[in-house]
Formats: sequence, structure tokens, C-alpha cells
Amino acid sequence: MCDTCGCNVTHGNAHLVQPGGRLSKTADGREAVNVLHGLLDANDHTAAHNREHFNKHGVLAINLMSSPGAGKTSLLEATIDALKDELSIAVIEGDLETENDASRIRAHGVPAIQITTGSACHLDAHMVHDALHMLELQKLDIVFIENVGNLVCPASFDLGQHSNVTLLSVPEGDDKPAKYPVMFRAADLVLLSKCDLLPVLDDFNPDNARRYLRELASSAPVFELSAKSTAGMDDWIHWLLAELSSLEHQSGRLAAATESA
Amino acid sequence: MHELAVCQALMEQVESIALEEQADSVVAVHLGIGPLSGVEPRLLEQAFFIARAGSIAAEAELVIENLPVRISCDQCGQTSDALPARLLCGVCGNWRTKLVSGDELQLQHMELVRQTADELAEPEADIQQQHERVN
Repeated sequence: MCDTCGCNVTHGNAHLVQPGGRLSKTADGREAVNVLHGLLDANDHTAAHNREHFNKHGVLAINLMSSPGAGKTSLLEATIDALKDELSIAVIEGDLETENDASRIRAHGVPAIQITTGSACHLDAHMVHDALHMLELQKLDIVFIENVGNLVCPASFDLGQHSNVTLLSVPEGDDKPAKYPVMFRAADLVLLSKCDLLPVLDDFNPDNARRYLRELASSAPVFELSAKSTAGMDDWIHWLLAELSSLEHQSGRLAAATESA
Repeated sequence: MHELAVCQALMEQVESIALEEQADSVVAVHLGIGPLSGVEPRLLEQAFFIARAGSIAAEAELVIENLPVRISCDQCGQTSDALPARLLCGVCGNWRTKLVSGDELQLQHMELVRQTADELAEPEADIQQQHERVN
């Protein structure tokens, strides 16, 4: 969405930008000023700035979202263990309170910046921007942003990430995509986590979760995994490496284009 | 309740536009919100009543247009209405659709009150008339 090319003009608001000038006086003497700005333009501006930072350093930024307790931190611990010999990783942790998650990540030898949001139920682009100043991006390959555990609010705020990864853990039930359409529509990849529990929680059907996701017109891939048993971790790791190489490819082309210009 | 954060961002925009337009006050703020924006209009209204206090929009009314969910089908090319959690083509049932409308979170327009040059001149004219009458 931007104000430059008019791509935020939809059939619902197009009548507001019809010819007739920016200002039009109503019958009772009030002046109407057409605006057509996104309410979160300031956040989106900072998010774009964050994305430029990531791109400049060829760092892949992944925004991890889920309900509280779906296993985001456990997934990160297992991911760091799988990749730390080949890649340089850092984590930005968002929680209402405590440094607990950052401490867990640091125990795996990886830098972690804890953002405590107080009463805020989500991370926004400004908070991530502040955290970026505490990381040495030039030395990193991947930054994971572990958002506040919440299936509602984080979906509305762009942070400057390249991809949104949403976890749906088996104990939560397979109809979460239908109940939280905004969150699951925003996902570029959905991970069904805690799949080691499928034999005991047999009312969770992974195919139902996939069907509900397709009903949101989402073509995001869905992987089943367990950070605890490490079953299914390979698909996730391959996806991450493919995203990283596609980013490097893009940055390489961008650099080549800049040089030749 | 991220509606408070959204509302703060709204108030910053409202105040900066009012300043730019040299308005004396803002009497109405019109928003367009789709259900897939993730913002609940009723909660945003409540937040607005708190956030407007003491601002140039202290008396402003908040008018929210609830925009419909509309999708266009990649397969049959038709446009149809849809429910937020069921974005299947209303014509052929295909799931490969694109959202045409329904995720908007937009400040559409504002109604302002500005003292015009004529209104500013009026008190002086009154004094002039009184002066003439006295003489």
C-alpha cells in the first residue's frame, strides 16, 4: 500500500478521489479534506527502513508468530543447534515481561535482544528498529524476530521482515486458521508444531488445518514438525536455507545493478 | 487491544493534517475499515474517545465505514463477496483468489472548521459601525 501510485484506492473508497479537488465545502460550512492514508503509515515507513537495513547486509529476517506456548522459543533453540556451525544467527525476543526467552537463546551461544513491551500485545517496527541498533548486522545471516505470543495483534504490524512464519501447535486445535484469519492469511509458512503429540491428541488433523488455510486463499506451505523430537525439522531448515539463498541472489543482482549503473 | 496503538497513530495523523490545513478544530474523522485489517471498529471507537481528549479533535465524531470483503478468482476471473475466514470464489468455489477489498485500515477524510478571512474581519466591521453610530 502506498500513496504514490494509488494502489490503496479500492472500490470502497474510490469515490473519495474522484475529480472535484482536494477540498470541498459541505453544506454546513465544514471543510472536507481527503486524506486516504493508511492508519499505520508511520509504522510501515519504519518497517521499510528496517527491511532496507536487512537487505543492505544480506540478512534474512523472519518474524515468528503464534499463540503463547506454541513452541516458538523451542523451535528457535532446535534451529540454532542445527545451523549454528554454518550460519550466524541472532534473535530479537518480544515479551510483555522477563528476559527468560533471551536467556534460553543466549545459552545456545547466539546473541539475543530482549524487548519487553510492558502492556503492549505486539511488536511494532519502531521497537524492532531500536533492537537492530544493538546487533552487528554485518556479521549475521539470519535474524529471527520472536513476536509476542498472540494470534491477533502482531498480524497488523509490519516489522520489516522478509517472511512471516506462523506456528500452530497440536494442542491448540486444527481450526485455528478459521478462527484467526488475519494472522494465518499473513503467514508465508505455517509450521504445525509439537507434532510428537499427534498420537495422543488424535482430534488434531493436519489435513483440516491445511484445508482451513486454503479457505483463506493462502498458498503458504505447511510443515509438520517437533522441535523436541526434531522430526520434520529438515523441511523447515531447507525452507530457511532456500529463503536465504534467494535473498542473497536478489542482493547480488541489486549490487551488480548498482555497480553497472 | 492493539486498537489503542492504532488509535495513537491515527491521532498523530489527524493532528498533523489539521496543523497543515491551519484548522481551528476537527469535527469529524472518517475511516474505512475492512474485517481483515485485524482492527475491531468498536474497540477503535472506544480508544478514540480517550485519545481525542485535549487534542484539536477533542469534539470530533468518528465515522467508520465498514468495508466489505470482496475477492476476485484466479480461475474464473469473477468478483464475489466472501466471509473473512472463507475466501473461496462465490462463483466457482476455487480457493485461489485475491482480495479486492476487506483489509483496509484507512483514514479516508476529515472535516475541519477554519475561520475564514471574512469571519476574522467581521468584529472590526462591527466596531466600525458602532463608531459611526456614536458619531
